[in-house]
Amino acid sequence: MAESDKPASRFSRRSFIKTAGAGAALAGVSAEAQEKKPEFLGPDASTLTLTVNGAPRQVTVEPRVTLLRALRNELEITGAKEVCDRGGCGACTVLMDGRIVNACMIMAWDAVGHEITTVESFGTPEKLSPVQAAFVECDGYQCGFCTPGMVVSSTALLKRNPNPSLDEIKAGLAGNLCRCGTYGRIFEAVGKAAKNMAAAKPAAGKAAKKGE
Amino acid sequence: MDHLNAVGRSVLRPDGLAKVTGRALYLDDLPENGCWHGTTVRSPHPSALIVSIDASGVSDPDVKVLVAKDVGPRNSVHLIHDDWPVLADGRVNHVGEPVALVVAPALARAQAAAKAIKVAYEAQSPVLDLEAALKGDPRTGGRLNVLAKCDVGRGDVEAGFAAADVILEGEYSTGHQEHVYIEPHGVIASPTIGNDGTFAGVDVVGSLQCPYYVHKALTYLFDLGDEAIRVRQSVTGGGFGGKEDYPDMIAAHASLLARACGKPVKIVYERQEDIIATTKRHPSLVRHRTGVKRDGTLVAMDVEVLLDGGAYITLSPVVLSRSVLHAAGAYSCPNVRIHGRVLATNTPPNGAFRGFGAPQSLFAVERQMDEVARTLGLDPFEVRIRNAYREGDVTPTGQVLKESVSAVAVLERAKTATRFTERFAENEAARGARKDDGKPLRGIGLSVFWHGSGFTGNGERRMMSKGAVRLRADLKIEVLASSTDFGQGTEGIFRQIVADACGVGLDDVVVHTPDTAAVPDSGPTVASRTVMVVGGLLSRAGAKLAEMLRTFAAQQAGMAPASVVLRNGFFETERGRTPFADVAKRYVTLHGPLDATATFEPTPGSTFDEATYQGDAYAAYGWGADVVEVEVDPDTFVTKLTRLTTVSDVGHVVHPVMCAGQVEGGTLQALGWGYLEEMKMKDGRFLNDRMQTYLIPTMADTPDMETILLENPTAHGPFGAKGVGELPMDGGAPALLQAIENATGYSLSRLPATPERIFEASRRQKSS
Repeated sequence: MAESDKPASRFSRRSFIKTAGAGAALAGVSAEAQEKKPEFLGPDASTLTLTVNGAPRQVTVEPRVTLLRALRNELEITGAKEVCDRGGCGACTVLMDGRIVNACMIMAWDAVGHEITTVESFGTPEKLSPVQAAFVECDGYQCGFCTPGMVVSSTALLKRNPNPSLDEIKAGLAGNLCRCGTYGRIFEAVGKAAKNMAAAKPAAGKAAKKGE
Repeated sequence: MDHLNAVGRSVLRPDGLAKVTGRALYLDDLPENGCWHGTTVRSPHPSALIVSIDASGVSDPDVKVLVAKDVGPRNSVHLIHDDWPVLADGRVNHVGEPVALVVAPALARAQAAAKAIKVAYEAQSPVLDLEAALKGDPRTGGRLNVLAKCDVGRGDVEAGFAAADVILEGEYSTGHQEHVYIEPHGVIASPTIGNDGTFAGVDVVGSLQCPYYVHKALTYLFDLGDEAIRVRQSVTGGGFGGKEDYPDMIAAHASLLARACGKPVKIVYERQEDIIATTKRHPSLVRHRTGVKRDGTLVAMDVEVLLDGGAYITLSPVVLSRSVLHAAGAYSCPNVRIHGRVLATNTPPNGAFRGFGAPQSLFAVERQMDEVARTLGLDPFEVRIRNAYREGDVTPTGQVLKESVSAVAVLERAKTATRFTERFAENEAARGARKDDGKPLRGIGLSVFWHGSGFTGNGERRMMSKGAVRLRADLKIEVLASSTDFGQGTEGIFRQIVADACGVGLDDVVVHTPDTAAVPDSGPTVASRTVMVVGGLLSRAGAKLAEMLRTFAAQQAGMAPASVVLRNGFFETERGRTPFADVAKRYVTLHGPLDATATFEPTPGSTFDEATYQGDAYAAYGWGADVVEVEVDPDTFVTKLTRLTTVSDVGHVVHPVMCAGQVEGGTLQALGWGYLEEMKMKDGRFLNDRMQTYLIPTMADTPDMETILLENPTAHGPFGAKGVGELPMDGGAPALLQAIENATGYSLSRLPATPERIFEASRRQKSS
């Protein structure tokens, strides 16, 4: 299931107090200061550096601010959506060190030191990623609000399982809700993306075999 | 050329690239440009007098607080009746009712100020559901508090019962359903300031279905002229009816705050607030008394429809009317009486939700037909096909069904596609021989249903919607209509219809964003009317534009207009052909942009009498049959959907893939309502007010689907198209309950069929 793929237990709202120190260290607070006494952050805003789509980005946020709100409100990276704010719908899915997480369930401070990847980095309207292209071709969306999360989750699914069965697609994406109910088209889109990605690969595969 | 003859082909939607790359800007994604943020103080009581509102604890100097007296003399949402306050004045009638509004430069400051406002209430005894409402309402002196009534009938019902071999009675009920559009409500209202420095109007952008509804509500609220209010739609993340009525309220709130602070004001609901405050599907209680002959032929139907309207009237009268008009199902019966009422309760107002009252009454009639089949020893298909409407049959309003009637066709196709009769019988036999081995119980269920396209009765005649197309200076043909796209694909469909109506390529057509300052009022985006009614207007406007250009081309060539045709992107004459763009360029260079408009024209000879409720209730009907297959765990009563077969006739299909998407998604919502989705309420408060506790179908719940589209065209829609949006909401729940009964032997009459309800039914049946 999707849940088991998420490093969720380490990054929760509750873990903030435990991990804030590590975040502070990465944000430039001296290690010496940390050893002496616990660092208390907040309630006021502090500045931290997030790594988003490969680039360091500074945000100044209160400790209670989630990664999702930091991305959307501070950095104006709005592909990930806030829908349930409780990790229950997948509309805010982003990658953290390559694994899918619900950005509404990660405090911005807990994301410091991790590679955050959002849908914006996957492709552009001019040059779609294979998953995005398959969603367009198969009509794998209606209103489109869940689509960025769906694209991120599907991309991660195909990375760890390049040839998923229908049941594996259902299990892998069950955490992403679509109220338009266009799930049938999404199954098609993910299947098509898998096929297209496999077809694009053999060249590299053959080259590797020749070398053997 | 492959871009021609667009209607009927699954061409790519225009909105895909922005949506899959995360670049589509929904309301909360728009740049804020220094806007302020609004929040709402809501009632914790279902029924109470407001004793006082004390904002003296608000210390933030920038914050503005508004209460009822600040709204002005027109403190109501202007829909059908003006009884729904923008801010509660003196009393509250439901939990979550808006009592005060707060605005501040930052959301956290607005929320902090809202917490500091003290409201004192004097609680009163509330009416919380239909059962209590039937006992009388303290607010109306203990009498029934009726928000709306609707009666329909034909024939002699008593004589029908006298002639019946068997008379059956049944009672069916359904609960609230929450829309859970994935994008919550949101709006930004920017004030316009007049020359004298005072508030002169407002420019609203929002996640909404009906820009002209919001426009009408705001011109009324502020008592300003049409020009003073501008309403635009942002890219909208789902609606399903939920963004038909409530945007009037949230836009009123943001606009009042914008007037108060002089800044643009944004309000976006967080999910919990969205569920607590906004409208839901009306809970229902439907009673049937049915007279049949031994062979299953219907001779009399007496139906009582009761809907829970919630605290205010909102759209309830029209929801009830559609509910009543569909209450006898897709069946011919000579003697019918349907009596409908909406009763008030102290719960949030119920409003528009895909299907608009029809799913409730169709659920009841379909379960009643199951009761007929069970009692007479017929299978569910048999009793349905015997009574299903044929061409020439007469509905309860006296409407003769003259064309595009497919009840029999969809039933026959559903039966053969699933081997329904055999498999229903196999499951019945297997149940009789069942061992207590824990293996899942298999069931199959069937329903048939109809759905009227467009507004009920004289609705379209009264609205006189307009649609327009414009040849622009850049030689694109622009579609001008207020119909919104909130996922169903309006934009793409309109391009297809207009491209074919004009005789040009898809790439020559663009669609203007719905904006009351730029597009005519083509009515709201509701009632399965977008393709059939508005698409029809645009098709006529497109043909008109083509005609004008054809005449121009003929003049230029010195030929008679009749000798020129615009087809496949070319003006053709016997001398040769000229590309559309060449003629269009010559036209706009000489005369500038060219507009063509079409206004709704009622079908000649079609009438509807609102006093007697007799006549043509709808110009055309969509028809559907669903077959649902399930496995029920014999120990836990958990139901798993294994297969869904839908057969739909929505006339000529404009875009097969999107049409199938509407059918599949709508049916999944219907099935969710059937076995998963339940709003639980305690003391007038929704207990499961988050997506973690109000469960909607996920991918894991999605069965294998076979989606069959039959095309029985109508003369009343463009290229023979009828409406598709709501039909799929009508048949899933009753077919599912029949399947559960086929599997378990337990008959349920209340939605949703949760494991707890199946367990109760098993206890009831075992003890009786």
